[in-house]
Amino acid sequence: MAAPQKALIAVFATLVFSLAAGKPGVARAERIVSLVPAATEMLYAFGAGSRVVAVSSYDTFPPAVKPLPKVGALLDPNVERILALKPDLVVVYGSQDDLKRQLTRARVRFFDYRHAGLADITSTIRTLGAQTGDGPAADTLANTIERGLDEVRTRVKAQPRPRTLLVFGRERLALRGIYASGGVGFLNDMLETAGGANVFTDIKLQAVQATTEQILAARPDIIVEARASNSAFPSGERDAELNVWKVLASVPAVRNGRVHFLFDDRIVIPGPRVVDGTLAIARAIHPDIFK
Amino acid sequence: MTLQRRFVRTVMGFGTLAAATILLAPAIGPTSISLSRAFDRSIPFADNADAQIFFIARLPRTLAGALVGALFAAAGVVFQGLLRNALATPFTLGVSTGAALGAVLAISFNWSIGALGISGVPVAAFAGSLAAVGIVYALAQARHRGLSTTVLLLAGVTMNAFFSAMILFVQYFASFADVYRTLRWLMGDLDVSSYEPIVAALPAAGVAFGFFAWLARPLNLLSLGPDSAESRGLDVTKAQRAAFLSASLATGAAVTVGGPIGFVGIIIPHLVRLLVGPDHRLVLPAAALFGAAFLVACDVLARVVFAPVELPVGIITAIIGGPFFLWLLLKKR
Repeated sequence: MAAPQKALIAVFATLVFSLAAGKPGVARAERIVSLVPAATEMLYAFGAGSRVVAVSSYDTFPPAVKPLPKVGALLDPNVERILALKPDLVVVYGSQDDLKRQLTRARVRFFDYRHAGLADITSTIRTLGAQTGDGPAADTLANTIERGLDEVRTRVKAQPRPRTLLVFGRERLALRGIYASGGVGFLNDMLETAGGANVFTDIKLQAVQATTEQILAARPDIIVEARASNSAFPSGERDAELNVWKVLASVPAVRNGRVHFLFDDRIVIPGPRVVDGTLAIARAIHPDIFK
Repeated sequence: MTLQRRFVRTVMGFGTLAAATILLAPAIGPTSISLSRAFDRSIPFADNADAQIFFIARLPRTLAGALVGALFAAAGVVFQGLLRNALATPFTLGVSTGAALGAVLAISFNWSIGALGISGVPVAAFAGSLAAVGIVYALAQARHRGLSTTVLLLAGVTMNAFFSAMILFVQYFASFADVYRTLRWLMGDLDVSSYEPIVAALPAAGVAFGFFAWLARPLNLLSLGPDSAESRGLDVTKAQRAAFLSASLATGAAVTVGGPIGFVGIIIPHLVRLLVGPDHRLVLPAAALFGAAFLVACDVLARVVFAPVELPVGIITAIIGGPFFLWLLLKKR
């Protein structure tokens, strides 16, 4: 290979490398595309909302995202539309390898996001803020959230911790296909912060497919069914949906009428509204303290 | 040995196996329960966690497993006899994919029969299976006076592909949670948590088994080929129709209860033929009983191997069934 070519490759490699590595806190992102609803909420919450140019097809909050172009989501990101918007930062989900490869090739900076625990929400806000050039505002937001969560922790500290089952999915009108929070992940962390003891704390999975036997054996004192507001039970079927739990009469939560439906995006989206989400769970677990 | 004695011996043998499995299965599970406490009538049922685990969690799923296993295995025998194809399964002619499409639609569009407190998913699944049967049947009837098994097979395979495409189409626009739930439904699940789904499937299962009892002889004749069967006085078209409709009904009922649990409908018939020979008068009852025992046993494994996490039973049947079937295939040559 000729020397000039080698030099060219070296220059090119350095360029690609420096782009891929990014310079945290240096380049202020002016045109941001977010493919993750939780990250969209974060961007708006620390004041980068006016620079968001497109969001995922699942984004509904804050209302300001409604008129923005929708460029696909986790499984179907529309690369062409994303690139056409000439973004300088794209928030992608960690598993979107193809998209990441294409963005690298197009020399577009991206922010790699993954759902994890409650503490990761605030750490993500800080790193995302550093990437968009909103470091101080993001830090302030993260601190506020952490203070809010600490406050909830303090208020439940002296309280008994009822054994709680947190269900986030099941078949309509039947106790089949029940998905519950295991001992890791933000739902588990929110539940523990809100003063409940997760009945599946020993199962180190984010999602546990709970059988009726497991629920009968776990004997939860409280059952919380958390869902996104768009998959809430129709109000006319609320009683019927509560009735399906009646079969498990030996479960204290069922016997004592402590099955709670929380149709609340603040719980199921691990974004900046987690304090409110945690409070909603806390109200169900400790109604006398959180009025 | 006369047929009658062989029949009694076969039914006794496989019946004992099935009964033993069904009796033993509810005693096994990830939680240790006291059976004496479970059957203690002096404790109110609502306070008796052991009894609830036994009667609400384990017994219904054991019975569901037995019913679904028997239906899939017997339907497999009938489909293999009808199509004269060793590779036919209850899923070959599109019944289960039709049921799956129904279930996917019910999950994605949140159908329910709320007033009655019934989940829309099993209803839609059963309706889907009936629709698939109707379409395939009409196609196979259309250009022939009888029922063309070739057209039946091609129409079934085509409808399978078509319904699968429809499922993917619906899935593409569904939300993540619904996609996840659909995927879970497609893995098969026997945790019915009440007796209603089983009772609801019994009429269809009863009709199907009634037909199967009558079909044993016609299927024996059909195995000689339609022409020979006709010359021996069999109304071939009538037998084929009865076989197709009853086996489809059985499959539809089974899928409605437990989802499309694979491999039972193909391994069990072959295994049973290996044990009792090709006579359908023995194969059908033996397959039904052995299928029941097999699926119940697989479900016990699904519950305990990775306890407290439970595997979908369809994964167990396929993991056991796949290699076993290959071994059978190599051994037979």
